[in-house]
Amino acid sequence: MPISRLLQPVPLVGGLVFLGLALVPVIAGLLGEPYYLSLVGRFLVYAIAASALNLILGYGGLVSLGHALFMGLGVYGVAIASHYGLDSGLLHLALGLAACALIGLLTGAVSLRTTGIGFIMITLAFSQMGYYLFVSLRAYGGDDGMPIVYTSRFGGLDLGNPASLYWVAFVLLVALTCWSARLRTSPFGMVLRGAARNAQRVEALGLPVFRYRLVGYVLSAMICGVAGLLLANLSAYASPSTLVWNVSGELIVMVVLGGMGTVFGPVLGAVLFLSLEELLKAYTDHWMAGLGLAITLMALLGHGGLVGLLSRLRPRPAAPVPVQMEGGQP
Amino acid sequence: MTNLVIAQLLNGLQYGVLLFLLAAGLTLVFGIMNFINLAHGALYMVGAYLAATVYNHTGHFLLALLAAVAGCVVLGAALERLTIARLYRRDHLDHVLATFGMVLLFNEVARMIWGSQPYFTSVPESLSGTVDILGISYPAYRFAIILIGLAVAVASYWLIHRTRLGMLIRAGSVNPAMVSALGVNIGLLNALLFALGAGLAGLAGAVVGPIVSVQSGMGDSVLITTLVVIVIGGIGSVRGAFYAALIVGVADTLGRIFLPLLLREVLSRQVADAAGPALASMFVYLLMAVVLAFRPQGLFPAKVG
Amino acid sequence: MSAGLRTEGLVKRYGALTVTDQVSLDIRPGELHAIIGPNGAGKTTLVNQLSGELRADAGRIYFGELEVTTSPVHARARGGLLRTYQITSVFDAFSVRENVVLAALGVREHAFRFWRPMLSRRRLVEQADAAMDLVGLLPRAEAPAADLAYGERRQLELAMALAAEPRVLLLDEPMAGMSAAESAAITRLLASLKGRYTILLIEHDMQAVFALADRISVLVYGQLMLTGTPEEIRNNPEVRSTYLGEEEF
Repeated sequence: MPISRLLQPVPLVGGLVFLGLALVPVIAGLLGEPYYLSLVGRFLVYAIAASALNLILGYGGLVSLGHALFMGLGVYGVAIASHYGLDSGLLHLALGLAACALIGLLTGAVSLRTTGIGFIMITLAFSQMGYYLFVSLRAYGGDDGMPIVYTSRFGGLDLGNPASLYWVAFVLLVALTCWSARLRTSPFGMVLRGAARNAQRVEALGLPVFRYRLVGYVLSAMICGVAGLLLANLSAYASPSTLVWNVSGELIVMVVLGGMGTVFGPVLGAVLFLSLEELLKAYTDHWMAGLGLAITLMALLGHGGLVGLLSRLRPRPAAPVPVQMEGGQP
Repeated sequence: MTNLVIAQLLNGLQYGVLLFLLAAGLTLVFGIMNFINLAHGALYMVGAYLAATVYNHTGHFLLALLAAVAGCVVLGAALERLTIARLYRRDHLDHVLATFGMVLLFNEVARMIWGSQPYFTSVPESLSGTVDILGISYPAYRFAIILIGLAVAVASYWLIHRTRLGMLIRAGSVNPAMVSALGVNIGLLNALLFALGAGLAGLAGAVVGPIVSVQSGMGDSVLITTLVVIVIGGIGSVRGAFYAALIVGVADTLGRIFLPLLLREVLSRQVADAAGPALASMFVYLLMAVVLAFRPQGLFPAKVG
Repeated sequence: MSAGLRTEGLVKRYGALTVTDQVSLDIRPGELHAIIGPNGAGKTTLVNQLSGELRADAGRIYFGELEVTTSPVHARARGGLLRTYQITSVFDAFSVRENVVLAALGVREHAFRFWRPMLSRRRLVEQADAAMDLVGLLPRAEAPAADLAYGERRQLELAMALAAEPRVLLLDEPMAGMSAAESAAITRLLASLKGRYTILLIEHDMQAVFALADRISVLVYGQLMLTGTPEEIRNNPEVRSTYLGEEEF
């Protein structure tokens, strides 16, 4: 990639944000404030979840208001195993991924039969169903949730250790962001993006849109499940409140705020949104009112999120002169 | 046993008519304005708080109901003109975001005004007794709710099938562009529809106040159940909303009581006690999934062909 | 390698209105068959049933040897039954090349590839470039489709259909809204494609129709009034009266 392309506002800011995120553990260590590690660690976890959502929302144009379900499945994959004294990280991961794949497949197959308003409502309904399921499972904490004693261990690595979790999350986020970039121009990504605006045309090109969307939905669900696993280790607690629709809504806000369907959007959006939340919390007890107002204003204003804003800072190239149509030469 | 079934059937009916009050306005907003309004539950909450506050301060129940409905109509109209109207041309995504923000705002404002604890209000004296129906003694207040709900259903049928406004509504739910092209003041129609829906939501909240916990966020879960009703009934169809609301109301109520009992017959007590409540709370969502699997357009869709 | 397209008693109703009324078409492999008729005759509805976007209420459709009456759109496309749209339908968010490469990919391969760019698939890009060259759009390959002029968008539509190596090409008013020069260019292009593919051409531009068509069918109020050579159609008194009375040009 030519250097000039990397110095555009968007990749530049994106790169700086990643650099900043990499420096947080160092700064936290120097200041002797391990709290920051957990705080920003949470940003990373949600950035991963937002990136997962970006695959189908940003690229595919599918407004899923139920992704909290998959985070929740990831969290409870760890929690339930921990409940039985099992601390194998691979087991936690396998449980979470399997649950998300299966539930993603089932709910996706039903939800993707509708579009527009129907799809939004049905994804919301399914995640609410998940919420009620976990609330009613008294054995696993029910409404109050339960602590996670046995955090995920991968050999010598214990994700219950804040620093370990932070680095694992960071590496995953970097990898995910790279893959999102590649996915965007890959055949799969092009199909999703084409179908977002013109699904009928994609079908007419010989591509069954439903199948591609379902695969995208399941992948998105599984990655969100990984975010859930990380969240479980970060908070050492599992609660049905991970599955409430507010969480799904906030994930959407992060994706849109950062810039839908862009590579750096989810990360920028998650960091910005959660930072804003922390700022408001420090300022007033009624921070949720401010947040709600900000979200509504953001929706009214539009304009492609943070990435959209940044890309407008770049000097515009001159408009190309239209070439005369030649037609088929005899 | 039969007494239990009858009482629960009536409870289901009562829950059903409440869902209808909420679903009727919402499904029209979806179908005609193609606008997804997640703040509908917040209007339900506002209605509950307004009615409870007025009743607690004046002791006049009818006044409280009126205040709640009027308040919600005004609030609905204001919201529509100030924010919602700007969003009609936008993506559904923008609708979701804007109304999601409103829900957070409303929930927090409610907390600021009335605190986080449930706000208590009591059933009015005149309705605190019981009535004898179908051989059992049933709480008079709940019975009154059923009557109110059915009255609204009849009134909405009359409105939609016997008035000019209703004709516009029916036309609009099948072909919104055409109605606009016919020169109807679409802005006024939209504001009217939205305010009407808000009023119904407020009424639902107002009547439900004495028998549920009035607190911030009470509209959230009810909204989602309302969405399930609309999906099952068919988007844009008030008739569908009515039947689906009753189906969901009865299924949910009976399911919560009888599914755990049923499970105990077939499974070991331990498993049944764990799975019973879980299954009962998921029941209506599973119902929705089944309906969608076979009829994605709902059971009584508004659009034909 | 072109194929034939045949329908038997195709019927489509919208409520009380019969839009396609017992239409039995027989399009021979390799021929350029035009369908003409007054506005509202149901031409686009017919094309939609042939491509699969609309399900007929009765009748059958045969694509080559296969019956495709209930086949979904993507299956017919993969088999080589491709179309262009009356109202241009391209991917504005993509470049011209990306549009055409996607079209080339759709019929030949699957898109379950998650890493390497679509444009790195050399064979597809070559085929796309060939198609763009054929319609004269190659100089604009890098341009975003959203930036194209109207005539260029029509060219893009055609390039997308050609890149997919069709066996039957359904062209729904490809010259709509074009200037005389642009129409002439498209006519020359279609003439050069004759024989290579089977082409079903829906058009109002009579000059192009009579210059290109091997046979012409006339559709009036959803019914197939008559099929014949351009000479037969031109001299038929019924056609002159129904169509002359509703002449577009």
